[in-house]
Amino acid sequence: MKELRLMKGNEAIAEAAIRCGCDAYFGYPITPQSEILEYLMVEKPHERTGMVVLQAESEVASINMVYAGAGCGRKVMTSSSSPGVSLMQEGLSYCAGAELPCLLVNVVRGGPGLGTIQPSQADYFQSTKGGGHGDYRLIVLAPSSVQEMCDFVGLGFDLAFKYRNPALILTDGAIGQMMEKVMLPASVNRWTEEEIKQQTPWATTGKPADRPANVITSLELDSAKQEKVNQKLQAKYAEMEKNEVRFERIQCDDAEYLFVAFGTSARICQKSIDLARAKGIKVGLLRPITLFPFPKDEIEKLAGQVKGMLSVEMNAGQMVEDIRLNAKGKCPVEHYGRFGGIMPSPDEVLKVLEQKFIGG
Amino acid sequence: MAETIFDPNIIKDQNLVYKRTDHMKEKALSYCPGCGHGTAHRILMEVIEEMGIQEKTIGVSPVGCSVLAYDFMNVDMQGAAHGRAPALATAIKRLMPDKFVFTYQGDGDLAAIGTAETIHACNRGEHITIIFINNGIYGMTGGQMAPTTLPGMRSSTSPYGRDEATMGHPLRMTELVATLPGTCFVTRQAVHTPGNVRKAKRALRTAFELQTRKIGVSFVEIVSNCNSGWKMTPVKANTWMEENMFPYYPLGDIKVPEKID
Repeated sequence: MKELRLMKGNEAIAEAAIRCGCDAYFGYPITPQSEILEYLMVEKPHERTGMVVLQAESEVASINMVYAGAGCGRKVMTSSSSPGVSLMQEGLSYCAGAELPCLLVNVVRGGPGLGTIQPSQADYFQSTKGGGHGDYRLIVLAPSSVQEMCDFVGLGFDLAFKYRNPALILTDGAIGQMMEKVMLPASVNRWTEEEIKQQTPWATTGKPADRPANVITSLELDSAKQEKVNQKLQAKYAEMEKNEVRFERIQCDDAEYLFVAFGTSARICQKSIDLARAKGIKVGLLRPITLFPFPKDEIEKLAGQVKGMLSVEMNAGQMVEDIRLNAKGKCPVEHYGRFGGIMPSPDEVLKVLEQKFIGG
Repeated sequence: MAETIFDPNIIKDQNLVYKRTDHMKEKALSYCPGCGHGTAHRILMEVIEEMGIQEKTIGVSPVGCSVLAYDFMNVDMQGAAHGRAPALATAIKRLMPDKFVFTYQGDGDLAAIGTAETIHACNRGEHITIIFINNGIYGMTGGQMAPTTLPGMRSSTSPYGRDEATMGHPLRMTELVATLPGTCFVTRQAVHTPGNVRKAKRALRTAFELQTRKIGVSFVEIVSNCNSGWKMTPVKANTWMEENMFPYYPLGDIKVPEKID
């Protein structure tokens, strides 16, 4: 049954995984997300639901275990932070190519390289534009609270299975580490063998006499066929763009200026809005929840309404490219970012908005 | 002058003494004539047929010459990224502990890029079978040096012969994994003569049967030829293999589990 708890974002992800009927978690420790694996090891989900939890030898092994588990029609996931997620990109590309539904969590830290363990949003490009080799997309969900960390686990699996595609929860060290109250969902059962065979008839569950052998692969050596594979994938991504765009509008109706921000940045901007409105500046916030598919139409609509948009990101300017592309020149679009693990303050963000659009 | 003794009329169902197992798909093998892969595929599928476990078997194919193994083996299979097959097999077996799970990998896949996955799956003692085809060369990409290439052996990336001082030593993966407590059965076989084929098939059978005892990885290396990569005729390749590969990679069981009555 539902339960109200005070939890870290990382712990909420782990508990939500057990409750949503996840079959397996494969992971490798890395700060700032190790609590996910630690929580699961303490909770012994094998006794609670039969869920498998395994500490792998590397992120490379983890994502390939996810590939295989998904290939068996199971709900499987992994989590990591930026350097580890870079290591997983090959495996993710294989998952996308083989159309395997699975869930990945990236609790982003500052880069490049080993970078820092403090929060960052510098993996936006990697998450939304593909990341690994080949033309593919992930479904990207960006939580901005511990509650959404919890809720997006189940949502991520639902979308992954709906489209036979990997889904990614793109969060950061701040949301992963901070504690908030969270309403945990009631537990649902893991799929039974029969349900798995019904839901994923393509999976490698063992070849019975009455069906051909199932094969999970992303290989197609015949270019004419490989082009068709790509066309099918692109059609699927177009469907996602049509059906799955999610965003939150905060005080947008009368807004003359607009922040566009996701995750932790969106929380900071909400405070900036309060400060701005106290000074009589009408500012709103568009918070993309799905980063892919991106809320293109909403950006264009709001670009026709406001005098300027400020993309606030904890990176050097990544999402701002998508905003500019979709604002279609209807209003000026600027970017403000802090990097390397630094989070901007609400005052600082408001000051930049005033400098860029209002003067002073 | 010898008369031709071939009589096309003898090709009749009732005269067949050796049939294709229907656990091999009706598809022509993509391997070079003379290559050992076809024989290894066949005895593996015969073991699965004889044990009656087709519905309970999941295979994992590698990257390398046998990348298309799933086109030939008539069981549910997953194609792994290069070297990752033991990670896949780990997840499959953990999620479906009552299934028989095997990987089929070459030397580049298992002993170079996939060394970590191999060692750690063995060290965790996953209840899987790893089948390791070692021909001392990268066949599919055109004859480059492998971790198992012999000292002095020429390949397209060791054109003057493998120099151990700069290119390292041939890796005996099978002896290495035998030292790990997570392996229960470790053996090295060959498939170039009828006698060796029979022994290799028995080893595969043992390896699969051991999965039900849940005592760790059963690991079967098959030393094989690569007449194309070695640039020899199939017959010469087999002779060369006996004279050069077997002394470095001696055939036989390296580790066997305690018998149970």
